[in-house]
Amino acid sequence: MLVGVVVFPGSNCDLDALWAIEHGLGEEAKFIWHRDKIVSDVDMIILPGGFSYGDYLRTGAFARFSPVMESVTDFAREGGLVIGICNGFQVLLEAGMLPGALIANRRLRFICKDVFIRAERSDTAFSVSIPQGTVLKIPIAHFCGNYFADAETLSRIESNGQVLFRYCGENGEVSAEFNPNGSSNNIAGLVNERGNVLGMMPHPERYSEAILGGEDGRMIFASVREFLKKREGAFVRGA
Amino acid sequence: MIEPTVDLALAIGHGLTEEEFRKIIEILGRTPTFSELGIYSVMWSEHCSYKSSIKYLKRLPREGEHVLAKAGEENAGALDIGEGKAVIFKIESHNHPSALEPYQGAATGVGGILRDVFSMGARPIAAMDSLRFGELSDPKQQHLFNGVVEGIAGYGNCFGVPTVGGEVVFDKAYSGNCLVNAMAVGIADTGKIMPAKASGVGNPVFILGATTGRDGIHGATFASVELSDKSAEDRSSVQIGDPFLEKLLLEATLEIIEKGLAVAIQDMGAAGITCSSSEMAAGGGVGIKIDLDKVPLRESGMIPYEILLSESQERMLIIGKKGLEDSLCEVARKWELNIERIGTVTEGDRFKCLWHGELVCDIPAKTLVLGGGAPIYDRPYIRPAGLDAINTRNSAIETDKDPIELLEALLSMPSIAGKRWVFEQYDHQVGTNTVIKPGGDAALVRVKETSKFLAISTDCNGRFCALDPHVGAMQAVAESARNVVSVGAWPIGITNCLNFGNPEKPESFWQFVRAVEGMGEACRAYNIPVTGGNVSFYNESQNGAIFPTPVIGMLGIIDKPQDIIRQDITSDLQLVEIGECDCPEFGGSSLQKILFGDPFGLPPRIDLDREIANAKFILSARDRGLIEACHDISDGGLGVALAELCIWNDLGASIEIPEDRDIIGSLFGESQARYLIAVQAIKLDNLMLLAKKNNISAKVLGYTGGLSLSIHSGSYYKSVEIMKLKDIYENKISKIMRGEL
Repeated sequence: MLVGVVVFPGSNCDLDALWAIEHGLGEEAKFIWHRDKIVSDVDMIILPGGFSYGDYLRTGAFARFSPVMESVTDFAREGGLVIGICNGFQVLLEAGMLPGALIANRRLRFICKDVFIRAERSDTAFSVSIPQGTVLKIPIAHFCGNYFADAETLSRIESNGQVLFRYCGENGEVSAEFNPNGSSNNIAGLVNERGNVLGMMPHPERYSEAILGGEDGRMIFASVREFLKKREGAFVRGA
Repeated sequence: MIEPTVDLALAIGHGLTEEEFRKIIEILGRTPTFSELGIYSVMWSEHCSYKSSIKYLKRLPREGEHVLAKAGEENAGALDIGEGKAVIFKIESHNHPSALEPYQGAATGVGGILRDVFSMGARPIAAMDSLRFGELSDPKQQHLFNGVVEGIAGYGNCFGVPTVGGEVVFDKAYSGNCLVNAMAVGIADTGKIMPAKASGVGNPVFILGATTGRDGIHGATFASVELSDKSAEDRSSVQIGDPFLEKLLLEATLEIIEKGLAVAIQDMGAAGITCSSSEMAAGGGVGIKIDLDKVPLRESGMIPYEILLSESQERMLIIGKKGLEDSLCEVARKWELNIERIGTVTEGDRFKCLWHGELVCDIPAKTLVLGGGAPIYDRPYIRPAGLDAINTRNSAIETDKDPIELLEALLSMPSIAGKRWVFEQYDHQVGTNTVIKPGGDAALVRVKETSKFLAISTDCNGRFCALDPHVGAMQAVAESARNVVSVGAWPIGITNCLNFGNPEKPESFWQFVRAVEGMGEACRAYNIPVTGGNVSFYNESQNGAIFPTPVIGMLGIIDKPQDIIRQDITSDLQLVEIGECDCPEFGGSSLQKILFGDPFGLPPRIDLDREIANAKFILSARDRGLIEACHDISDGGLGVALAELCIWNDLGASIEIPEDRDIIGSLFGESQARYLIAVQAIKLDNLMLLAKKNNISAKVLGYTGGLSLSIHSGSYYKSVEIMKLKDIYENKISKIMRGEL
C-alpha cells in the first residue's frame, strides 16, 4: 500500500502521518507537494493536520484553491480513498467534499487531549477491521473542531449513515458529557455518501504506536489496508 | 523620522552612561552617527551585552564530553546524544513584553527561542514554558495568565511544536512583573549543525523571511529597565508574531542547511539586523557590509536607524555561498518567503551600512559584542540588611489544623493545583514524539531514528531563593534532576534563565551572584555543563523586585524504552519514601505560605552528595526491576506527592506515619532529595535490601488501593475520597478562570 500525504506550507502533521504509515503500519508513504498533482500510483491520500496556509482567515479556507486539491477532488471522484485529519477535515469541508462546517470549540479554547470515539459502521474502507460499536482512544488537538450542519443536512447525513465516529465515554456512551467541543450529534468523523472520503477531527496518526500512549489510531489505517487487500487484483480506484 | 543631533544628552536618553558614550567616541575617533548611537545603545544594553552578569556567568561549568556548542558560542547550546544526533536547546525570557501585552509577548517569546534552535539546523521537537504571575485571585493576573497561555498556544500550536510541559507559579512577588521563560529543544544531525559565525570574504548576506517594520525598536533596551506606570506607553516595543511565517521559515532554513547552501545563519531577535550582523561578523573575524536600501520594508519613510534596530519577527540572516545564490533563492521561493541579498562578507573587521550610497555606520564589529568591546561591569553587591532577621525567624510549624484539611488547602493552591487548564490549550502531541505528557515530573520525548528519549524539566522555587539564593539555586538544579530521574533519565546538561531585579542595586545583585555560584556548584556536583541561556535583570516594578528566580531547564537522557519510569500505579503496591525527612523543614514551604504568607526562616538544607546518591539509587532500583512508579517529593512535601499519585491514577492509598514522628512535618515538610516510589509487594524486601546496602534511607509508608487516601498516626486516623481531592486539584484553576470562584 502506498499512501500519499499532501503537504501544504503550513501542514505540521505531515511528517507524523508519514511516520505513522511507515513505522506504525509498516507500509509505504510519500509526500505530495501542494503545488503538484496527485500521481495515480497512490492507494490513499491523507490531508494532514496543521494550519495549511496559516488559516488566519478561516481554517482550510485557502487550501481548497491549491493545485493539489483539484486532483484530490478528481481522485475522490474516481473512487480513490481520502482521509482528512483535523485541518485536513476542514479542507475537505471547505472544498465541498463533505457536508457541514467546523466552527470554534464551544469554550473558545484550543483543546488537546485524549478522547474516546465510537465506530458507527464497519462497512467502510476506513473501518472494515473495526467492529461496529468499538470504542477507540485517539487524541484531539484543535480550536475549530465543533462540527456544525443545518438540521436538514444533519438529518440527511444521519439517515445516510455517514457518521463514522462519535465522541463517547470510555464504554461507548454517547452524551453531551463526552462531547469535547460542542459538535452536533457528537460527530467526530464522517464519510461522504459514497464512503470513500473520511474527515475526522481526532488524530489517528498520533496513536499508531504503543510508546506514544495508544495504538487505536492505527486501526483506521489498517482497515484501509485490509479493504484494499480484499480487492486484491482489482484496480483500486473507481471502485 | 528626522535624525536628531548626536550628543551626550541623546546618548543618555538611549540608556547609555556618560562613560560609555565617551568610550564610543574613543573607539570611533569621532562622534557616532545617529544610527551608530542606536546600534551601540542596543548592543551595549544589558539584554544584549550581559555587561553586569558575564563576570559570573563565566564561572559556570561549560565543559563536558558531550558538548558540541558551548554557552555563548552559538545561538543555542548543543550536546551530542549519540547515534549521529545532537540536541540543541535553550531557554529565554520574554518578561517585559508579556507584562504589557501578554498574548504577543508570550507568542514572540516562543517564536524567538524556536528560531534560536532551528537556525542551527535542528527541528524543534519540544517546547516548555516556565511562567510566574501574581496571585491568581487578582483579575489583572488572570488577564495576564490567560493572555500568556493563549499566546504560547497560538504560536506553538500553529508552528507545530509540542509544548510538553513547564511550570506555572503564582505569588504576589510577581504581581508587578510576570515571568515568561520559553524553552525549546530540537534535534539535528551532529555533522550538520549550522554555525552563526560569518566566513568567506565575498560570500553574500541574505535576509530571509518577514519584511522589516517599526515594531520592537529598542525592545532590548526596554528589557533593560524597570517596569513602571509609563511602561504601557512603550507598547510599540512589543513585537507581533506570525507563527505561519515562522513555520515557513523553519522549513526553508532546514532545507537551506540540508542542501549545503549557507555557511552561517543567525536569527534576528533582539536588535534585529544590527545584532545578527555584528555578532556574525565578530564571531567569524570578518567584516560585513549591508546595503540598507535592499532590506524589504513594510512601512514607508523608515530611516537607517529604524531599519537597523527593528525587531520585526520571523527573520533570518543568512551568509550564503558565493555561486550558490540562485539555489538559495529557489528554496525561499518554494516556501513563498521574501529573500533579498542585502550585503557581503568583507575583509577586515568593520560592520558597515550604506543608505542611498552613503556610509551611515562604520564600526569595528568586535567593539559591539560580548567578549569584544562591550563594557563589562564589576558591580558592587551586598547581602540585603533585612535578610538576617528573616532567616533567623523560627520556621517550625505547630498547628492544630487537621492534616487532611491542610492537604486539601495545599492542593487548591493554584501553584500546586493541576495545570490541565493550561496544557490542554497547548498541542502537546504534534510531532508524535511525546511519551510522557504534561502534568508529571518531567516530560519525555523520543528521538526518532535513535533508541533514545529525552526528559525535559524546568524548575525553580523562588521562595527558597528569596531566603537564600545560593541554596535556592542549588535546589533548582537538584529538583530539576529529581524530575528527570523520576522518569528514568540521567541529567546531561542545563540551560538557564536567570530572572532577577535591578543589578545596579547591590542587594539585588548579591542575589544574582549568590545564585550563580550555587548553580555552578550544583552543576559541578552532577558533572553537567551549563550550555547557555539568558539573563533577565530589571524585573522590578512599583511593588519591588521579584523573588530571585534562576529557572533551570534541564535535559536528561534515557537509552532505551525499558528504562522509562512511569507514574502509573495499580492496587496493592507498597509505597516507599526514599530519602530522609529527619527534621521538619518549613522555611519557604508551601504550607508556610498558606499559614503565614511571605517566606521566612531558612530554606531546606541541601546535600548534593545525598541528592546524587538517592538519584542513582532510583535508577539502579529501576535497572533491577524494583520500581513500578516514581514521583519526586517537592512543593507541599510527601502529602502532596502522595495525593498527586493517587489523583493521577484514580486510586486510593493508605499510609502510616510512626507515632513518634511529627505528622505535619512528615507530610508537608519540604526536605530535599526525596522520592515517593511504588513497589510490588513481593519485591519490597529486595528494594529495602538494596537501599540498606547503598546506605540509602527508605521507609515503607503503606500501600495503594481503594478509593480513599487514608492517613494513620498513633490515635489519628482520617481518610478522604480521591474523587474529592481530584475535584479540588483538577478544577481549581479552570473554575477561577471561568469566573466560578
